[in-house]
Amino acid sequence: MLDCTPKEIIERSGGVINPAKTCQPIGAIYAALGIHNCLPHSHGSQGCCSYHRMHLTRHFREPAMATTSSFTEGASVFGGVSNLKTAIKNVFAIYNPDVMAVHTTCLSETIGDDIPSIIKSAEVPEGKLVIHANTPSYQGSHITGFSNMTKGMVNYLAEATLENKKERLNIIPGFINPGDMREIKRIADLMGIKFIMFPDTSGVLDSPMTGQFNMYPRGGARIEDIKDAGNSKLTVALGSYASSDAANLLERKCKVPAVTLNTPIGIKATDNFIMTLRQNFIKEVPYLLEEERGQLVDIMIDTHYHFHGKKVAVFGDPDIIAGLTEFILSLGMLPVYVLTGTPGGTIGGPQGIFEKEITNMLTEAGIEGKVKAAGDLFQLHQWIKNGPVDLLIGNTYGKYIARAEDIPFVRVGFPILDRSMHPYLPVVGYKGAMRLLELISNALLDRVDRDACDEDLELVI
Amino acid sequence: MEKAKADNFSITERKDFILTKGRQKDQLRCGEDSIAGVVSQRACVYCGARVVLNPVTDAVHLVHGPVGCASYTWDIRGSLSSGSDLYRFSFSTDLKEHDVIFGGEKKLTLAIAELAQKYNPKLIFVYSTCIIGVIGDDLEAVCKAASKKYKVEVIPVQSSGFAGNKSAGYRAACDALLRLIEPKTIEPGFYKEKRKKSINYLGDFNLAGEVWIIKNYLKQIGIDVNVAFTGDSSYEALKKATGASLNIVQCAGSMIYLANKMDELYGIPYLNVSFLGIEDTAGSLRKIAKFFNDLEIMRKTEELIKNEKTKVSAVIQFYRERLTGKKAAIYVGGGFKAISLIKQFKEIGIDVVMIGTQTGRREEYETINDMVDDGTVILDDANPSELEKFMMEKGAHLLVGGVKERPLAYKLGMAFIDHNHDRKHPLSGFVGAVNFAEEVYSTVCSPVWNYVTGTGAAFPAPQRAKII
Repeated sequence: MLDCTPKEIIERSGGVINPAKTCQPIGAIYAALGIHNCLPHSHGSQGCCSYHRMHLTRHFREPAMATTSSFTEGASVFGGVSNLKTAIKNVFAIYNPDVMAVHTTCLSETIGDDIPSIIKSAEVPEGKLVIHANTPSYQGSHITGFSNMTKGMVNYLAEATLENKKERLNIIPGFINPGDMREIKRIADLMGIKFIMFPDTSGVLDSPMTGQFNMYPRGGARIEDIKDAGNSKLTVALGSYASSDAANLLERKCKVPAVTLNTPIGIKATDNFIMTLRQNFIKEVPYLLEEERGQLVDIMIDTHYHFHGKKVAVFGDPDIIAGLTEFILSLGMLPVYVLTGTPGGTIGGPQGIFEKEITNMLTEAGIEGKVKAAGDLFQLHQWIKNGPVDLLIGNTYGKYIARAEDIPFVRVGFPILDRSMHPYLPVVGYKGAMRLLELISNALLDRVDRDACDEDLELVI
Repeated sequence: MEKAKADNFSITERKDFILTKGRQKDQLRCGEDSIAGVVSQRACVYCGARVVLNPVTDAVHLVHGPVGCASYTWDIRGSLSSGSDLYRFSFSTDLKEHDVIFGGEKKLTLAIAELAQKYNPKLIFVYSTCIIGVIGDDLEAVCKAASKKYKVEVIPVQSSGFAGNKSAGYRAACDALLRLIEPKTIEPGFYKEKRKKSINYLGDFNLAGEVWIIKNYLKQIGIDVNVAFTGDSSYEALKKATGASLNIVQCAGSMIYLANKMDELYGIPYLNVSFLGIEDTAGSLRKIAKFFNDLEIMRKTEELIKNEKTKVSAVIQFYRERLTGKKAAIYVGGGFKAISLIKQFKEIGIDVVMIGTQTGRREEYETINDMVDDGTVILDDANPSELEKFMMEKGAHLLVGGVKERPLAYKLGMAFIDHNHDRKHPLSGFVGAVNFAEEVYSTVCSPVWNYVTGTGAAFPAPQRAKII
């Protein structure tokens, strides 16, 4: 069933089959939802906005609010200027956000609407803000869109107003779940470091039941904090694809030094994160974190024999799978296929960075594997057909491959449409690594139990 | 009809789209474009076309545009197949900046070539997206050339997102289907001579296997389903659509255009039916039997209705007793579904206090107005704040809607059922009525709502008092 992928590898150049990415605007909406009292706005047809809200709602199981310019044929011929002006007026009149975050779509980009000049000439009520990001769907992926909107926040909001920088850290967390953002904040708190996180979707897309529908839940980065980010002494960008650009812009604009680290998934990347904080803020690592790390290592040792030598295929967003690949290697597993749908370079910048980074990790571990950016799941499936793996890690769309090839499957990344809890429970930090260990070992051991003959079924594994 | 209190809306343009049923005879405005800057629950032309055509199981559905449109519609329809699974794959030309500047025809030609070679399909639908409408790729020409070259039917679907709303997409899909059907024209009187007891079933997408249930009923009363549009359909079956002597139309919003066209071109008459709820199912079966004017069919129909009703009545009664007095709010895609839901809720003792659709037509809103009680709020193309306002005002216990409405209802501490793509069991026919009642009961009467206190999910008042 659902096995329409032939084994024989075919070279293709006419588009994708079963994409491992989606378009920029959804990333822009997700980032914008990480500002408190912000309403994302999609400048394009209403279908785009509808799909993004639907997709976010399916992943987070929360309302995802955004407005649309509702392009019609007229707007597509004459430009969307009046649509956006009307939209700005209506958004503040009806929904009264503090900030409206406009992003473009393939349609408005192709028509060539000049968003900054439209914003300038629009009626924006006193004390309210409109920010924007260009997010053409025909470039990059949802990760690029997240990066661009985060850059837009720096561009419009961040200011350096003080002579001396504050003893404070900016954290740009990247396209990760609210639970992950909470975990990163917990670690920074435990280190005793003052910080600003933006965007921050915790408390927005994991908001508690209150019996009321709040268009703007309590969470999200405060606008005054994002403004003040220009006065911090350091920015840590977690993930080079989702976060680097904004951090670098902040460095150029406000002279806040930027450091890019891998998303802290797994022991090594979490160590790096904590060491960076310790060095820059001259703080002791509290015992609680040492204890968590020790527990993680303890568990890794207790269970390593389940993992050793197992072949794994990993796919998803580049920042996430860089961390996952590193963690899998630390367990003695063999990530033989690593694939992302996001292009592996930057627009107008160097290409092939993703392949290089991951290939280096594999080479260092003495493993030969296939690594691909801008790939699709059809290709991953073909690889697996030609060289089977013991485990598949990725988003929900991996379930077709997992079923067709009967491979244990662990869901990590975006989107996850067929399970719950992922927005709340982190995969970052030492605690997150423990959770990953649980997910991976449960998947592998459930399979051992399932496949065991009666006489081989073991009580103790 | 009395205009609903619109004072609370800062947006006066929305006033005419909302009514409270009363004595005056105002008309509800509908079928117009959404206002820029609102949180619309509506989708686009491409979405409409895609949901109608997607259940054609053995077709390659190639989305021509940047990747997003294909990503978001990858296997979300929930329509089941008894044959091919090809429709559950996601194909996109994944246009890049270069293609947008220089045109996407080359990449499209290449994509069709590769897919034709790889899958050897009989049918490829090529969907146009927003950007194609703007850069002006000649879809017709590319598809025609590819059809000829690879001996496969390649049909363009003119579904640029901005060119109207979802209904325009339904129409684009119907146009694509019409190009498939053969022969292209038929002599007048053809069907009078050779009328067989075979029908086409339009407007059922086989979500959770619903087409199969209805096919089975029809078989029991001696009628064959020639082909369903488009649930569990295939290239070969759709091609032979003219072999039927009657079209029955369930989801009129998406399929009435096709039914009219088939009447016009092939002289196949159509009947509107609905298999949602016990009364509608029974009524529709009788209507079909009457059309064929065959005593044997009529006898079998009555027998089937009697048997099936007997099977389900006790269960329905069980739920009716437990649900009577509850109030429901409805916000769905089309008018047909909204109308059926009012009846379905009546069968289990629930009153509808708010009802709206994304794309309902004027005559459907008139029917709705005739069916509901005084005081019921009727609204077109509502946004979440409107839904919230009226659901709370009217004291609804339950919302029926789609993906985006679910978390809204939950946040308000309100039960929810999905009557859209995310439904997990069939809601059609007699068995569907039982599933419907069960689902309503399982959500409305779930113990989880007990933990939502008046002040939200805070600690209940007495406990807090003790702590202090």
